[in-house]
Amino acid sequence: MSQEIPLWEVFIRSKNGLEHRHCGSLHAEDAEMAMNNARDVYTRRNEGVSIWVVESKNITASSPEASGELFEPATDKVYRHPTFYELPEELKHM
Amino acid sequence: MKPIKELNPQFLESTENKKHLIDYLLGVADNYLILGQRLGELCGHGPNLEPDIALTNISLDMLGQVRSFYQYIAQLRGDKSTEDDIAFLRKEREYKNVLLVEQPNTDFGYVIVRQFFFDVYNRMFLGALQQSADETLRALAFKGIKEASYHERFSGDWLKRLGDGTEESKTRVQQAVNDLWIYTDELFHTTNADDAMIAAGVAPDMLQLKEYYYEKVGELLSTATLEIPEVEYFQKGGKEGLHSEHMGYILTEMQYMQRAYPDSKW
Repeated sequence: MSQEIPLWEVFIRSKNGLEHRHCGSLHAEDAEMAMNNARDVYTRRNEGVSIWVVESKNITASSPEASGELFEPATDKVYRHPTFYELPEELKHM
Repeated sequence: MKPIKELNPQFLESTENKKHLIDYLLGVADNYLILGQRLGELCGHGPNLEPDIALTNISLDMLGQVRSFYQYIAQLRGDKSTEDDIAFLRKEREYKNVLLVEQPNTDFGYVIVRQFFFDVYNRMFLGALQQSADETLRALAFKGIKEASYHERFSGDWLKRLGDGTEESKTRVQQAVNDLWIYTDELFHTTNADDAMIAAGVAPDMLQLKEYYYEKVGELLSTATLEIPEVEYFQKGGKEGLHSEHMGYILTEMQYMQRAYPDSKW
């Protein structure tokens, strides 16, 4: 039976000002139930101030087979990383 | 919220008043304990992971509630008794919970209907208790009501889904409503101790709550496309310590550790 219940992805914002982060998935029949379940499964220990739920089928994921063409061309192009600038001492957290 | 009236500072100096208050508190608190225990039985047995976690969370909420009440009772008693003694070392007749909360987890429909019947009551009750003349009770009510509102949302939501779901879910949940309906009236039954506390402004007026309760429950049942059963009489007894046959089994399991290993601690 549980195979028939749609899967949802849950995103929690732990503090105001931070971004929502993916924290896991769960089963629910619709958005309202997904929200209730997310509250029970993921935010019972004071983890969040905001929840997003999205049905997993609505997420388009990159295919693992395509990782070569998608990501590898970037590995040998160090000049795309802003690592050649000298940062002033006062500048922190860069 | 402001109390309806302030408690006379000498109120609790009277032994009789104190005894009534303790009896009243047991009548309120034991519901949380026994329902919490019943829900705890479902741990690992929910229909799937999400409701399993939700129901055990609600169980823990109930046990959290009951601790504060028992701590208050222990403090009122002023002897050496602790919250654990009150929870685990009484005999069946000394528990004052309503019959509704001791009814078994027959199936998911029964679990939800029992919870729904209790949650609607509990949220209204805690809402009204925020105006208690007793300061501690006001604080406990204020603390508990957010959880209670969530519980009501959870069980109300499931009631609608099951009632307005498949033919099978509707038949089953209607059966649960029919079987458990006779236990709803007892939620508003008052003992002598309760009446004394209502008169003192410590406890809310149950007659008024009862009217709101049946209005609200009727509304939600009809949204869930379920019928309100017509019954000749309602069952009661738990509040006076007269329980159904289920209670002995609940206590046996719940009290086992304390009876087998007295004074054991975590």
